[in-house]
Parts: sequence; structure tokens; C-alpha cells
Amino acid sequence: MSNMKRREFIKVAGAAGAATGLGLMGMPMKAAAGGGHVIVIGGGYGGTIAAKYIRMADAGIKVTLIEQNRTYHSCPFSNTVIGGLNDIGFIEHTYDGLASKHGVNIVHDTVTGIDAAKRTVTTVSGSTMSYDRLVVSPGIDFRYDTIEGYDEKASWQVPHAWKAGPQTSLLRAQLEAMPNGGTFVIATPPNPFRCPPGPYERISLVANYFKNHKPNSKIVVLDSKDKFSKQGLFTAGWTKHYGYGTDDSMITWVSKANDGTVKAVDADKRVAITEFSEHQADVLNVIPAQKAGHIAHVAGLVDDSGWCPVDHKTFESTIHPNIHVIGDASIASPLPKSGYAANSEAKVCAAAVVDLMNGRDVGTPAWVNTCYSLVTPNHGISVAMVYDYTADGKIGKVKGSGGLTPADGNNQMEAIYAQSWYANIMSDMFSGT
Amino acid sequence: MTHKLFKASAVTAASLLCLGLSGTVNAGASGAMLGNTCAGCHGTHGVSAGAAPSLKGLPVDYLKQAMHDFKSDKRPATIMNRIAKGYSDADIDAMAAYFGGMK
Repeated sequence: MSNMKRREFIKVAGAAGAATGLGLMGMPMKAAAGGGHVIVIGGGYGGTIAAKYIRMADAGIKVTLIEQNRTYHSCPFSNTVIGGLNDIGFIEHTYDGLASKHGVNIVHDTVTGIDAAKRTVTTVSGSTMSYDRLVVSPGIDFRYDTIEGYDEKASWQVPHAWKAGPQTSLLRAQLEAMPNGGTFVIATPPNPFRCPPGPYERISLVANYFKNHKPNSKIVVLDSKDKFSKQGLFTAGWTKHYGYGTDDSMITWVSKANDGTVKAVDADKRVAITEFSEHQADVLNVIPAQKAGHIAHVAGLVDDSGWCPVDHKTFESTIHPNIHVIGDASIASPLPKSGYAANSEAKVCAAAVVDLMNGRDVGTPAWVNTCYSLVTPNHGISVAMVYDYTADGKIGKVKGSGGLTPADGNNQMEAIYAQSWYANIMSDMFSGT
Repeated sequence: MTHKLFKASAVTAASLLCLGLSGTVNAGASGAMLGNTCAGCHGTHGVSAGAAPSLKGLPVDYLKQAMHDFKSDKRPATIMNRIAKGYSDADIDAMAAYFGGMK
């Protein structure tokens, strides 16, 4: 019961703090009096953490998480499903723990509009909800205008599998149905995109599947870039395990300079078309160029780049006040568009939201990124970096920190720690202490 | 359980705030802010669900020594030597106090 009293106290203190802040901005006092409500849109790597960490820091703040799916599918480790190492259930999670352990109000609905002036969110089911602060963590959407013949409908013949779930299962089923000796063609996206090493981990784990089950098969990578994340580590792993660089290589990588950019797709025939050639696939995986998730565009939170500009100390939108944007949708370079970065951004955002709602100065932020990739089930590689808040108000890399697995690194241990990473980051998002 | 942890971290955060104020001109991030960045690999509040070690409640001096040894490459590691190089002595003190102070 002392918990109740404390909550009431914080509620009053929070309202008082918010009232001061709002008063200064000349905003109506009404919201502050009934205040203390944060709505989080999107229950992925960013949104779950923002919701949980706001509640852990100040249980007097009511938090509503709006997420359209009842079951979450993690993109990290979805490549292990595509490669046949895990079933789809391995990447499935529910929101029960956030509700029961942290008192987050979970609403399964789809947001159709945000009114930044009135501070309301409307949903497809017809409800309108008011917020004091809004956290938008919508992930990505695809630029379907960039590849002729490739749109949402075509993605159910030729999967992108870059949003995990049914797309993951579809690509896995196609690979299982493919005969030994078939060709898997994967078109990888231009920068910036979600999970820079992700396509190359996918190539690795499909190669691992082919090596063990369909050894006469080939993989053709059509890249719209001339270099890629962890390139040296991936190609060293491909050389070691998949004959890369030899006449008998399972993997052929076609760079942008070598006509790798896919311009058009014939989804019915599973043909990828570049400027000068056509690539017939048995299984075709097209990962298009990307932009911030749909609701960010609807709400006018994006700039000309298609991504959301934010203040790096608070992740508050520089376009609309009281709305914070985190995760892949935000412009947070030099942080990459990774799950770990979204987790780290969400914690900075949660701390800032709690400080702002309690009328306190926002504390100094800090970030980390740690990305593991599997080249085989027992060969892991990683990239890491520590970030701080620079004197000019931006996210900066801490000099001397981070970097890649060294060439003589312990890849077997890194594969074990990759599994551990997944267990812990899922626990941080969906249950945990 | 959560409530107790919250109280512990709040006390730690408060004491760290004082350290920060008496420390360098550019006051760094709090122990809680720094410590929460570890949770992606070490679990919420440093309670690990995997092969990565739990950090919650370890002796403060041990945590400090481990971070300094990772930073100087004295202690071998897969990734922690790359991570530890991102932190100052004050950062390490703050993180060690944060995890070490948890009951």
C-alpha cells in the first residue's frame, strides 16, 4: 500500500512539474492536471523498452503501448529461422510480461492519426486517446517505388522477409521447397536500412543450410552497394566455410559497380533485372530501399530523407513537440539502425520523458551498440561501439572504443554470446526483472 | 521485487549525482544511464538470462577491476575489451556502484 501512496505522490509532483513546463510554453493547463500519460506507438525493440523503462523509473506515469500485432516476431535471429536452425516459435514473443510485471497498458490496435496540437492519437478501431508525451517507434516501411514490379502484393510471391513473421515463414518454406541445385538470388538494399549486417548473415545461414542439405545449390547476391557491414569478417567466414573466392564458391557477390543494383522484378517468373542483365532465381528475396514506418509519414514526423529528425538528448522530434521518435525510424547517426541501438535509444528517451514529466533537467545520455552475426551456427562475429553526447549536442562515437571482432577472434565463443545476446535483449523487452 | 530494485537504483543514482557534481566539469552520464546500456547483453538490471555473466550485486571493487583489466587488455575477452575502452575512470566507478549497489 505504501506503493500506492508513493504513486499518488509522484503523480502530484509530476503534474506540478509538468504544469510549470507547460506554463512556460504557454500551453493549456488542462493536460497537466489530468496528466502523467505516455502513449507508446509500436511494440518492437524501441517501444517495449521505452514503455518498461518509463514505468520502472516512475510508476506514477501511466503508459499505454499501442501495437497492432498480438504476437511479436523479432527480426534479429529471424535469419536462424530462414536458415532452418530454429522454428518460427523461437522468435515469437507476447506482451503479457510488460502488462503483468510493469503495469504497461497494452492496446492491440492500429494508429491511423496523430494530432500533435491536440495531443491525441486515433486508431482504426475508432478510439481517440490523449497523451502528455508520445513515443513513436514505428520501425521501417519499404520504398516500393524504387523497384519496378515490386510492391506489397509482389512481396507475397517474392518475400522481403525484412519484417519478421509471416514473411520469414514464407521465405523459409520457399527455400525448403527448392530443389538441390537451385539458385537463391537475394537483392540487398541501399543505405540507410534496418540492420546493416542482416542481409549478409542471411546469406551465410542460407549457405549453411544449402551446404548441409542442398549442396549443389548456389547463392547470387545482387548488391546496390560496393561495400557492406562486417565485410572482411563475412568474406573470411564465407572463404572458410563456403569456398568463397574459388571457382566452386557457393556464394557470388555482385557489387553495385558490377551491375548489382536491381531495377525491376518479374515476381511471377522470379526474375531480378539489373541494368544489363537478368537473373533467374528458384527462390528470390528482394529487400527494397527503406524509410521510416508509415505512421511517421502520416503524422508529418519525417523530413525530405524519409526519416525522422530528433533532438539527440531526448529523441523529441524537431518537427513536433511532445512527440519522441526512436528506433530505425529516427535519424540518430552515427548510431546504426539496429535492434540494440533502438534499445539504447529507448532508454535515453525513457529517462528524458521521465525527467521532463517531473519538471527536472534532462540528464546526460549514453548509448551502446552491440551487433552479433552468425556465419555458421558455431561461427559468430560482432561489431560494437560506445557513444556519448558531444559538446555540440549530437551523438558521438567514443574514440578508441568499439570495432569489429579481430581477425584471430574466438568465433565459437562469439556464437555462444550471440545466443546469449538474444536471450537477454528479449528478456529486457518482454519480461526481465 | 521491482520496487526494491527501483529504490536501490534510485539511492545509487542519487549518490552518483553527488559524485558527478564534485567530479569533472563535464558531468557524465549517471550510473543508471550507463548501466542500462549493458542490459541488452547482461539483462535488465544486470540479471542475465544467458551465457553473459550477471552483474547485479557483484562487489564494487571486482566490477571496477574487471572493467579496468578489460580496458587495458590485461583480461582476455571476446567483446568486453572493445566496450570497456569507451569508459573513463569516473564512468567505471559509476557503473560499478550502480550494479554493486543492487540487492
